[in-house]
Amino acid sequence: MPDATPEAMPATTTGARSAGTAGATSAGTAGATSSTPGTRPTLLLVGHGMVGQRFLEALVERGVTDSHHVVVLCEEPRPAYDRVHLTSYFEGKGADELSLTPGGFMDTHGIELRLGERAERIDREARTVTGGSGRVYAYDTLVLATGSYPFVPPVPGKDAEGCFVYRTIEDLEAIEAYAKGAGRGAVVGGGLLGLEAAGALKGLGLATRIVEFAPRLMPAQVDEGGGAALLRTIERMGLTVHTGAGTEAVVTDEDGRVSGMRLTDGSELPTDLVVFSAGVRPRDQLAREAGLKVGERGGISVDEECRTSDPAVFAIGECAQTVDGKVYGLVAPGYAMAEAAADAIAGFPGSFTGADMSTKLKLLGVDVASFGDAHGTAEGCLDVVYADSRSGTYKKLVMDPEGVLLGGVLVGDAEAYGMLRPLTGSVPPVAPEQLVLPAGAGGPVKLGPDALPDDAIICSCHNVTKGQICACGTLPEVKQCTKAGTGCGSCVKTILQLLPQTGDKGLCGCFSYTRAELYEIVKVKRITSYARLLDEHGREEARGGEGCEICKPTFASVLASLAPAIGADGYVLEGEQAALQDTNDHFLANMQRNGSYSIVPRIPGGEITPEKLIVIGEVARDFGLYTKITGGQRIDLFGARSDQLPAIWTRLVAAGFESGHAYGKALRTVKSCVGQTWCRYGVQDSVRMAIDLELRYRGLRAPHKLKSAVSGCARECAEAQSKDFGVIATASGWNLYVGGNGGMTPRHADLLAQDLTDAELIRLIDRFLMFYIRTADRLERTASWLERLEGGLDHLREVIVEDSLGICEELESLMAAHVAGYRDEWAETLQDPERLARFESFVNAPGTPDPTVRFVAERDQMKPDLAVLIPEGALTTR
Amino acid sequence: MIRHGRQATLQLRLGDDWFTVCDAARLQPGRGAAALLPDGRQAALFLDRDGRAYAIDNRDPFTGASVLSRGLLGSASGRTFVASPLLKQRFDLESGVCLDDEGVTVRAYEVRVGNGE
Repeated sequence: MPDATPEAMPATTTGARSAGTAGATSAGTAGATSSTPGTRPTLLLVGHGMVGQRFLEALVERGVTDSHHVVVLCEEPRPAYDRVHLTSYFEGKGADELSLTPGGFMDTHGIELRLGERAERIDREARTVTGGSGRVYAYDTLVLATGSYPFVPPVPGKDAEGCFVYRTIEDLEAIEAYAKGAGRGAVVGGGLLGLEAAGALKGLGLATRIVEFAPRLMPAQVDEGGGAALLRTIERMGLTVHTGAGTEAVVTDEDGRVSGMRLTDGSELPTDLVVFSAGVRPRDQLAREAGLKVGERGGISVDEECRTSDPAVFAIGECAQTVDGKVYGLVAPGYAMAEAAADAIAGFPGSFTGADMSTKLKLLGVDVASFGDAHGTAEGCLDVVYADSRSGTYKKLVMDPEGVLLGGVLVGDAEAYGMLRPLTGSVPPVAPEQLVLPAGAGGPVKLGPDALPDDAIICSCHNVTKGQICACGTLPEVKQCTKAGTGCGSCVKTILQLLPQTGDKGLCGCFSYTRAELYEIVKVKRITSYARLLDEHGREEARGGEGCEICKPTFASVLASLAPAIGADGYVLEGEQAALQDTNDHFLANMQRNGSYSIVPRIPGGEITPEKLIVIGEVARDFGLYTKITGGQRIDLFGARSDQLPAIWTRLVAAGFESGHAYGKALRTVKSCVGQTWCRYGVQDSVRMAIDLELRYRGLRAPHKLKSAVSGCARECAEAQSKDFGVIATASGWNLYVGGNGGMTPRHADLLAQDLTDAELIRLIDRFLMFYIRTADRLERTASWLERLEGGLDHLREVIVEDSLGICEELESLMAAHVAGYRDEWAETLQDPERLARFESFVNAPGTPDPTVRFVAERDQMKPDLAVLIPEGALTTR
Repeated sequence: MIRHGRQATLQLRLGDDWFTVCDAARLQPGRGAAALLPDGRQAALFLDRDGRAYAIDNRDPFTGASVLSRGLLGSASGRTFVASPLLKQRFDLESGVCLDDEGVTVRAYEVRVGNGE
């Protein structure tokens, strides 16, 4: 583990920088320990990791930074950063983004932070700590937050070139650099950190193996069944896992570089790089040498206030052994210890007696959660287990004989964690099997966070209860006031579910109406101006304001759907409407991560002539665009600057293409199989029907995107049952399915009607779409809309097949008006030079391209150059 | 931040100087536009519905992309903000402070409407 030595990294000071106030004296005058400037006592913190930073924040909250002079020794070259999400460093998060220390934090609170200064020795009698630079720091109160170090098993070859540990940003940088010349990697340890490390190696393009001594992965968190589910999923990702095998030796080549590993089961495997991630050990050496009491198996012994055997010295986090005899390796207990120590120093009551080891993580993309008595160690406890090895899902709940939930393990689908953990210790309000069955399998279970008591802990990182969260209005407020959701982040979803019930069902801070209610208001009052809607129907406090990024596009969408019926212009960039559109609708293209845009021309039904294919190819080549086939049988062209869009579309429109609305909450694509025309199984012309439907509904704005497909026979090659509306041919006509979805929450579509003629099919889809547009919430796909619709499919059938509300004629005429009024947005935009001026990169430098949109080569095409996006002083912080 | 009349030019303060960007009429209320500054930085300029002008750095600190000029304007508790078009974080247009993560700030420029020297 690379330690920042004083030679390599001179101690630097940030924060309160008046030399006169430093509680340090040079080595030459060691012993001169009059510690304090003025009369304030000095509090010295050794270690500035996650727990150290939390401790400083706790001191600030308690006013200790005013009453004490606080000095921090940090061995690493940078202030505290988020070690829990270290892997995201490889996913493009820079050191800045991982930082946990707000800029100016040290200055504001007069804290003296000494980076690159490792504490070498404590002299408890003199009350000083000597740093690696030779400086001597006097203290009145000392707090050790030295954390832990990675355990490296004492095997031959462990120090060879190519062996690493996984703990700091420097470790990651070393691994990344070495991996460039490597093809294979191995991780020793299949626990939480081991899987993180394996994910990182895989992300670096290495063929990755995991070697775990225990008979299963994540032995500390999950049981045998959970380990098996995890194993299958991880192997499916292409990683190799050896369980029940220890490392006997690291094998090296003649240059002393890692070339393989020998396992205790006698097998030998080739690898270019080894990462040891077999657990951590408390860093208690400093305390040991100072004669402080340490636990038998390591860890600085502390009492409930986190005080060590010396009353002037505290220890918190992973270096401490707490009163329950444990050494906690998770961040949440560390934070709790930081609070307890800060309380003791400030003279408040507070204690740490033990912590919940519940955890929820995403490892290699797999959700894993464990809470309470996950292993079922309580006497007489019972299990409820649901396992599906096809999907790699495993869920186990541990209950006592009276039905009290004691704990559980969730692998593959940890959605229920947010609900289950707070219910631990109580009898859940519904049958336990319903809590673990997948949605739709055990009947409807509506167990929302409503069911939780007010004192249920929602954020276990910061110990925040439901009651405290409900006292806030919005997520930013919750984060600011309670810190909930700012630790591991796993509770954010539950917090969001809690918030609306404290307020109203209004669309946003500007309107107390839902989207469906606003639709009715706009329709009945024929409102065509956003300003009028806001000033007449907005919340009192929002009237006369700017509105917001939620209700503006919502109104624009409603207006686009209703335009022909209320006498508005159907062109989405007309007048004030242009200012309401999200950037994608505004530029009629999809913004990508570096600010460039992608372009999807409409290819109805996926049918395209060779000539048109050639045009797309030529346009992509001439403008240097990256091309990819989409899932909707279209072609996506990536990497256009906004100022290039008009020229690109001039070429496309001339060749007969029109907007594919990939940028809009609108109809995307109607996918098809080749159908009866070519296929020996086909019973109808599915391509023709798909083209008819796509041309009919193109440009239709909706609460969310709309996808469709037509299959020519029951083999369903077009996957129509996963679409918002899907059509499957039968021998005598068409079956219509609605409410299907792929994506994050897949749902099979429901059969709405059978054996329809062409005309019947189209009429029913007209009604279905318009009813959805009228009644759905913002960003609510048809699948969740149908789930929410009171009375479900039967009610939908009553309304749009049997016309129980008498609105079908109106729905049909609205659709007829849409079809008649359709104009291609790109063709229309190109006709107006004033509109084209909006596509310029700079208002003061027409013709100058944005220099930050740059590309580099990959696999014979180009991709965004992300390096140009991270210039000097990128993330300025206060 | 200032009110302006027609025909006026929009100017940003850069150090001790005022940098003329464009006619204020080039901006559409409720939307932004990007300007290239002499030092290569980019500013995002906005007009609110009352015609007041604002300018902040165009770079979205959460993604590194120069896109803030392409976000939507809004107001909350009397503060006018722009929501980044990428990940939707909101930035106060007067101070540059991110309303969703107060530790993050983008540079805010002083703006005035001059008579187009």
